[in-house]
Amino acid sequence: MIRLRKLARAASLLTTPLAPEDILSLFNPVFSARQLRGVVTRVVPETADSATIFFRPGRGWQAHLAGQWARIGVELDGVRHWRSYSLSAPAGKDPAITVSDMGAVSGTLVRNTKPGDVLFLAPPQGDFVLPEHPRPLLMLTAGSGITPVMSMIRTLVPHRPDSDVVLIHTARTPADAIFREELAELADQFPNFRVVHWFTGERGRLDFTSVAGLEQLCPDWRQRAAYACGPESFLDDAEALWEAETATAEPSKASLTIERFSTKLAGGEGHDGGLVTFEASDREVEADGDTPLLDVGEDAGVLMPSGCRMGICHSCLIPLRAGQVRDLRTDEVHGEPGQLIQTCVSAAAGPVNLDL
Amino acid sequence: MTIVSDKPDVSEEVPQGGNDSAKVPAAVKTRRGALAETGSPTVRPPAAAHLSDEQVAELGRELDAIKDDILAKRGASDAAYIRRMIKIQRGLEISGRAALLVSKNKAAWVTGTTLLSFAKILENMELGHNILHGQWDWMRDPDIHSTTWEWDFVTPARSWQHTHNDLHHRWTNVVGKDNDVGYNLLRMDADQEWKPFNLGNPLYNALLAPVFEWGIAIYDLELNDYKEGNKTKEALTKDLKALGRKALTQFTKDYAATPAVAMLTGSGKQALYGTLAANAVRNVWAHAVIFCGHFPEGTDTFTEEMVEGETRGDWYVRQMIGSANISGSKFMHLMTGNLSHQIEHHLFPDIPSNRYAEVAPKVQEICKRYGLPYTTGPIWKQVGSTWAKVFKLALPPKKA
Repeated sequence: MIRLRKLARAASLLTTPLAPEDILSLFNPVFSARQLRGVVTRVVPETADSATIFFRPGRGWQAHLAGQWARIGVELDGVRHWRSYSLSAPAGKDPAITVSDMGAVSGTLVRNTKPGDVLFLAPPQGDFVLPEHPRPLLMLTAGSGITPVMSMIRTLVPHRPDSDVVLIHTARTPADAIFREELAELADQFPNFRVVHWFTGERGRLDFTSVAGLEQLCPDWRQRAAYACGPESFLDDAEALWEAETATAEPSKASLTIERFSTKLAGGEGHDGGLVTFEASDREVEADGDTPLLDVGEDAGVLMPSGCRMGICHSCLIPLRAGQVRDLRTDEVHGEPGQLIQTCVSAAAGPVNLDL
Repeated sequence: MTIVSDKPDVSEEVPQGGNDSAKVPAAVKTRRGALAETGSPTVRPPAAAHLSDEQVAELGRELDAIKDDILAKRGASDAAYIRRMIKIQRGLEISGRAALLVSKNKAAWVTGTTLLSFAKILENMELGHNILHGQWDWMRDPDIHSTTWEWDFVTPARSWQHTHNDLHHRWTNVVGKDNDVGYNLLRMDADQEWKPFNLGNPLYNALLAPVFEWGIAIYDLELNDYKEGNKTKEALTKDLKALGRKALTQFTKDYAATPAVAMLTGSGKQALYGTLAANAVRNVWAHAVIFCGHFPEGTDTFTEEMVEGETRGDWYVRQMIGSANISGSKFMHLMTGNLSHQIEHHLFPDIPSNRYAEVAPKVQEICKRYGLPYTTGPIWKQVGSTWAKVFKLALPPKKA
């Protein structure tokens, strides 16, 4: 490896200002270490609206823990978009994401991905992972919230006869329930695993307002370490129930670990403006919806890169950490974490966090 | 990312329209740098003097619409275009250098030098210049981005972006503000004061062409700003160090590493001549194309009065009548990095270069309708015209 690096440095004398990998990536796109990529090896449809995408990552990827997620970059009409997806493959196996069609990016992934396609990747992360010491587990999932939990079940159940896992999964109809057959097979084959499917189309929402409903599905839920993943309201209900339980009961073993898909800044619409946070400079300023972020920052004493101040020279680019901005030229409201924005022609559209 | 806060804050010089009080109270601060939609400059350039304020505003709206149309169409095919160009350029570069490794053979030398010359021209013009303008930033690909790209040219990309994207493109052809008018070396406008030094105009220009990249590198140091106290010593030292590092890697690649590998086949000396020739070819070509952008007969220069109170429409007018195109084949346009569409490039510096060709007829039609000059011509004519100016302005103005 060290010899390889020396060789690369020697080769870069001939390729500067490019790196040798820029030349190698002409032949194999996965060669770029500056931009981690993966090649799609297999696409398996799960339900009408979801699919599992297996990929072979390039150098720089690290093996995932069961329950972790990764940022996946996809190009839509020439523009790179990043989204986070849970890895559904068991730990130690080739990574795969299971995606449900919920928007333009996930829709493209589910419908248009073919083996050989290149995905942009960021290494796996997240602390929604299995406990260090063996404990009886209760998994509560709704919809596509099953994906990280599926990785945990696949990792644990077949390989650890001493494990004890109950999964309560809610989906609208049997046809919408991702991994339904595989889960049923696992439950048949392994006595240490029990699955309860709850179809909201038939039985209505799973009721978390009292312990009665849960008691019925899993009587010993208080003895289990619980994991929940699903939509916001589902998790809020679960959280409330577990909070009430730990507050009233005498020393309780009940614990709840939650995976939220996203915590979004409340997006302001149109000309509202919002609180602008310059994260590295540790400054916060209230800005209106018509003042360029460049002026906002300069007025707050932040060392802002700047140039033409009319949107042509791109000297003022700063990475967005969170929130959305409005292009003062076109009125378009846009912004994704990591996107570089032109501060001289962009105003806050709701709260904005900048990496400066 | 360039932090340019150590540079003089030119934005304060942006006129405040009709407001004749020197300072605007902080509470009612207007947006600095933003150009007004309506109004008029103190003086409108002669070529546009026949236009009313309303006509100029309307022209601005028409050009805005052309840009919006391109931004709406921009997508996967454009992304595929730039990636294809990058692949072609890298292919030319590798094969050119590979041929030079065995250039003791005459045919290999000619092939290698030719391929490498083309590679360097493509790299500087269609890739470097345009990517560094941010034309491809919308793809959000960190490898094809104005903040990360570095080019095969001796001046560091960040230094060039400041003097070119910011200063030259904002103050296009305003004598005294846009130093691209003569690059502090040549007398390229009759309004520039004549000094005996200028007698050497044609000589300096001829000497500049084959080492053009060095001319740009020195120009980007902004030595005049430093002498006049507008640039700090720290800033200059920083720029000099960056240039030193860049020059060293450039030199090592072309004049040490490539010949050293070629020595294995006994082609060391020939390979050195090959890289020297390729750099010279690229320099002469870049010099010719860039001089055709603003110096041919028919392009206007402007006084500082003409930009006082300039509206968005007037800014567009200045870009159009201050620039000149080169007409020719698709291949010629590509070899100039689409700077042959200089007028369109100056109107919309950050739209993808592959789109200038489709914008050009619309811009030409607008110029015709508003009675504005649209300067264009074949390359030999435009190059001849710039040289005619170089010779003419070497001599002192005739006394009236």
